[in-house]
Amino acid sequence: MAPQASSISAALREASLAAAVALVLALPLAGVRLPSGAAEPLAFRPWWVVAAVLAVFVGRFLIALHISTRRPRAFAAPPLFDRALGAMTPWRRWIFAGFIVAVALLPLMPFADRRMIDLGSLVLIYVMLGWGLNIVVGLAGLLDLGYVAFYAVGAYSYTLLAIHFDLNFWESLPLAGAFAALFGVLLGFPVLRLRGDYLAIVTLGFGEMIRIVLINWSDLTGGSEGISSIPAPTLFGLSFTANPAAGETAFHQFFGIPFAGVHKLIFLYYLILALALLTHVFSMRIRRLPVGRAWEALREDEIASRALGLNPVMVKLSAFGIGAMFAGFAGAFFATRQGFINPSSFTFIESAIILAIVVLGGMGSQMGVVCAALVLVLLPELARDLAGFRMLLFGAAMVAIMVWRPRGLLSHREPSVRLGDRAGGAP
Amino acid sequence: MSAAHAMQSELPLLEVRDLTMRFGGLTAVDRLTFAAHSGAITALIGPNGAGKTTVFNCITGFYRPTSGAIVIERGDETYRLDRLAGHRIARDAGVARTFQNIRLFPNMTVLENLLVAQHARLMRASAFSLAGLLGLRRYRDAEEAGIALARSWLERLDLVQYADRDCGTLAYGLQRKIEIARAMCTQPALLCLDEPAAGLNPRETTELSRLIISIRDEFGIGILLIEHDMSLVMGISDRIVVLDHGARISEGTPAEVRSDPAVIRAYLGEDDTANGEGGR
Ligand SMILES: Nc1ncnc2c1ncn2[C@@H]1O[C@H](COP(=O)(O)OP(=O)(O)OP(=O)(O)O)[C@@H](O)[C@H]1O
Ligand SMILES: [Mg+2]
Repeated sequence: MAPQASSISAALREASLAAAVALVLALPLAGVRLPSGAAEPLAFRPWWVVAAVLAVFVGRFLIALHISTRRPRAFAAPPLFDRALGAMTPWRRWIFAGFIVAVALLPLMPFADRRMIDLGSLVLIYVMLGWGLNIVVGLAGLLDLGYVAFYAVGAYSYTLLAIHFDLNFWESLPLAGAFAALFGVLLGFPVLRLRGDYLAIVTLGFGEMIRIVLINWSDLTGGSEGISSIPAPTLFGLSFTANPAAGETAFHQFFGIPFAGVHKLIFLYYLILALALLTHVFSMRIRRLPVGRAWEALREDEIASRALGLNPVMVKLSAFGIGAMFAGFAGAFFATRQGFINPSSFTFIESAIILAIVVLGGMGSQMGVVCAALVLVLLPELARDLAGFRMLLFGAAMVAIMVWRPRGLLSHREPSVRLGDRAGGAP
Repeated sequence: MSAAHAMQSELPLLEVRDLTMRFGGLTAVDRLTFAAHSGAITALIGPNGAGKTTVFNCITGFYRPTSGAIVIERGDETYRLDRLAGHRIARDAGVARTFQNIRLFPNMTVLENLLVAQHARLMRASAFSLAGLLGLRRYRDAEEAGIALARSWLERLDLVQYADRDCGTLAYGLQRKIEIARAMCTQPALLCLDEPAAGLNPRETTELSRLIISIRDEFGIGILLIEHDMSLVMGISDRIVVLDHGARISEGTPAEVRSDPAVIRAYLGEDDTANGEGGR
């Protein structure tokens, strides 16, 4: 079907607008080449700007034209991805179980090297954080842009408890979770009346506040230098050092095997896998309990929830507290894995990545979080060779997912209870 | 109505005294006084904008009244609704409501909606989630009881087949019924229905009036009804309170109200509700 004059002029208008925006952006971004040495002057590259603006103009024009002339399909079959997902739905439990087994076996595979195991535990940290934030954002519908604050609280709680009170990892893990939960509730109080954008702004500020306090309270936190030589965790008292202190037994000595640095990495991998699975099992169970349903009800309609006797204060605070607790656990793990921490690990970009994992994965979807964490954590790591184009690729992937699946990769919501599963239930 | 007449002499369940609600310069409710009894259907009628929904919002704690008192007697307890926190009005004072523009949880299933309504009881049984997380018998029994209650309402309203469907995907008439079922799952002492027949077809409206009567007779609870459909109101109400510009202009049995000149004047004054047959 031939494009009509009206649609061409509309497309031209769209394209001009896009080109104007491109011009504004391209002037400083592409038009100027920064000098490599101080003595060199700024080099202007007008042709780069022309090329960029032209590319945007033509591209936008073609896209607009394509959209306006496309005939709406009467019987649009669900896209391939949806159909594949639909076919997989009855098997979701098995697929998830198989996935867990594969993840659990990964470090034992012959092809698993140090880098892969280390990357694996990094991905698992983000999966755990994503699952934790999913409670707050996906279930309770509270847009939290400062989630990294609780991650920081967990990391610093563990570090300080380990260094000043000589507590080992297993003793301080629950305490780190408890501290983070406490901070979650503290943040919850002032933001009880806020929703949506307002809530997002306040939580964002809270995240920055925690980071700035960490930088400035140098007596306690070591300021921007951070704290180093954080003790590593032990496996039932077995440490993972080559030469354990007197009176301690190292892992390799106990099992009578030669020392290998990878043992510690594998141990850390299983540790974060266990913590992440704990988060998963907990969220799955609590979703089916009255609190979990109350979170979702509050997300759906706060006024109706109140009319049914739900106390919005308690419902929100419990979501903030429990979500923060898991960030605290993850933070403790992060500290012990790194061996040192400083405030630059807890910047806003971390919150943004965790939130992106939840949103791109599909709000409330556990498996979606896994997929999105894989994409968002692995992509920048694997694309390291692309240097400058890394963030561009990252951004493009995010835009692609949002265009292609605006509700997230996997946005299926499983009911917390079914009448159909019961004897004499619904057909 | 026989059940209701026996109740009339008893103490009222709900008493609204001199209730006034102002929004800036606008007086939406003006020194309103009325009572509602257990086992009776009390209708609140009046032209559009008369202040009926505002009265509901005051009773259910969404608005703090400018002045006046709202008192409910439940068991031996007396609650001042004009001072009680919103969620406690539903949880402790036993007031359940539906909304003029339906407020279900659209992305949750029908059954889940009905379980959220039983939150307080289930929460206690789950020992604030501990017993639930551990899967203790005590919580599982309570959950089964909750599902059984929900199922009994679904069966009663012929909704069992929709139990596992998301509320947002269901037809309007079904959603209205589910909202009533959800309110009843809170096991209230007073049920407030805000235009339950709006948007229903005649067959559904007949079904609805039978449902409301059966709730009154079977559970003996008080029912407050806002409705524009006059044949429905006149057919099932035990008492009617007529509002105009926030003030009570008449009160009595349907027969009394129908022949009250003040009521006729109020309705004739409104173009779109000229014959009193519902302005919606
Ligand atoms: N929150 C509010 N702020 C300001 N004015 C309000 C508010 N709520 C209601 N009003 C005003 O109070 C008056 C009564 O409104 P209300 O919704 O109670 O009427 P109603 O009797 O329920 O009407 P309808 O039959 O159309 O539902 C109206 O003039 C309305 O504009
Ligand atoms: Mg109204």
